[in-house]
Amino acid sequence: MQVVWDNIGLLLIGLRSTLILSAVTVVSGSAVGLLGGVGLLFGPLPVRGLLRAYVDIVRGLPLLVLIFFIFYGLPAIGLDVRGFEAGALALSLFAGAHVSEIVRGGINAVPKGQIDAAKALGLTFWPRLAWVVFPQAAPSMLPPWINVVVEMVKGTSLVVLVSVNDLLFAATKVAERTANPMPLYLAAAALYFVVNFAISRSGAWLERRLSYG
Amino acid sequence: MEDVNLANPAGMPPMVRIEALHKRYGALEVLRGVDLNVQSGEVVCIIGASGSGKTTLLRCVNFLEPYHQGRIWVDGTLVGYRESGGHLMPAPEREVARLRAETAMVFQGFNLFPHMTALRNVAFGPIKVRKTPKQQAMIRAQELLERVGLGTKADSYPAQLSGGQQQRVAIARAMAMDPKVMLFDEVTSALDPELVGEVLAVMKRLADDHGVTMMVVTHEMQFAREAASRVVFMDGGVVVEQGPPEQVLGDPRSARLRAFLSRYIAP
Ligand SMILES: Nc1ncnc2c1ncn2[C@@H]1O[C@H](COP(=O)(O)OP(=O)(O)OP(=O)(O)O)[C@@H](O)[C@H]1O
Ligand SMILES: [Mg+2]
Repeated sequence: MQVVWDNIGLLLIGLRSTLILSAVTVVSGSAVGLLGGVGLLFGPLPVRGLLRAYVDIVRGLPLLVLIFFIFYGLPAIGLDVRGFEAGALALSLFAGAHVSEIVRGGINAVPKGQIDAAKALGLTFWPRLAWVVFPQAAPSMLPPWINVVVEMVKGTSLVVLVSVNDLLFAATKVAERTANPMPLYLAAAALYFVVNFAISRSGAWLERRLSYG
Repeated sequence: MEDVNLANPAGMPPMVRIEALHKRYGALEVLRGVDLNVQSGEVVCIIGASGSGKTTLLRCVNFLEPYHQGRIWVDGTLVGYRESGGHLMPAPEREVARLRAETAMVFQGFNLFPHMTALRNVAFGPIKVRKTPKQQAMIRAQELLERVGLGTKADSYPAQLSGGQQQRVAIARAMAMDPKVMLFDEVTSALDPELVGEVLAVMKRLADDHGVTMMVVTHEMQFAREAASRVVFMDGGVVVEQGPPEQVLGDPRSARLRAFLSRYIAP
């Protein structure tokens, strides 16, 4: 265990990148997913078609393939991306596709009578969505959304393969240098677990808060 | 078809004017040329067999359903479309929304917002649509809840209320918009029999004391007899007969209406 304490600084720097990458991914992925889910349901036909293709294709790809595709693909068409950017983009697109489907399903499950009632009061599309539809869809969207967040935190570990200095990268580097991998991977695993456990628990708490009546 | 303009001796323009209205769901033509005028302050009860198009007619009036032919005007404004050169173009969303805010609807299934308290349900429309200051809207909502006998239930969520109470909150929610017309679609049919009375009483009071213009689709013949200024009988997507309740319910002319009524009124 001594080797972990000796290198805790490096591990924490790695953890910091992992958390930043996760946060960026979750925020942008959720934004993409919100718009994507709404677009899937209410967009004009061509928009719906494009979004459907995006969601189905990305959900059918292993995350690593998407990361490589962007990391090697974008430079090939003349766009210069570093590992972190490629990783963030790939993870956001991945999260966006999954969240789109969650948002679509959540909105779709709100009874039609609710929309009629909101229309009859004179609410236009966006206020209807914001005040009537979304609050009712949120409780059912929360658990699968938390799943996506946890998957994203775990998914960030794949960006080690496009050499981003994340938690797993730091653990690997120290492990190689000290030739003592077990304690370091155990420490990394513990840190991933702590983060994801905290997310799940907050999710469960939020779920209780959101249930009404 | 003779147009009985009971409530309109002075020849005022109708609050709701429906002309040669046609509506299809796919190949099924549900409304097949409906003509109907409702004067300001009138309570028009619409009766008819299941599937005759009563719900569809009400939904067309506040444009929850688009229509395909004919015209509807509410207080002189064409519903859902703009007319230019004899052609109907869909009206912009804001215009449709503004019109809907003037035509409140009460639904068979209540459709209260489950994530809001009774008070919040009633204040919601004024706050979000009319931009009434929150404080003022809440005070008015409390008054309206008291008027439907639910002053003590302001903080209850819909799930904590009986069907009859929910429907009364829904009526208060509709009243809160100060609508020009209130549309009621079989608002008591989803209720247990012992809860029907309290809802009808609220509607009766609304009709008597407040002079609200109402279009009421109902199977409650007793209510139609007591509260309606006019009863309209629909069948097969058209208005077959209309007139004062005692005439339409007591001395039906068409065989179709007689057949329909015989199922409601014990011989
Ligand atoms: N959204 C819809 N899609 C397809 N058909 C519909 C739709 N809504 C209603 N219909 C059909 O239109 C016809 C008229 O329906 P409507 O609900 O207006 O009748 P109603 O007079 O209100 O009947 P009820 O007394 O049963 O409520 C029925 O045949 C019904 O099946
Ligand atoms: Mg009906």
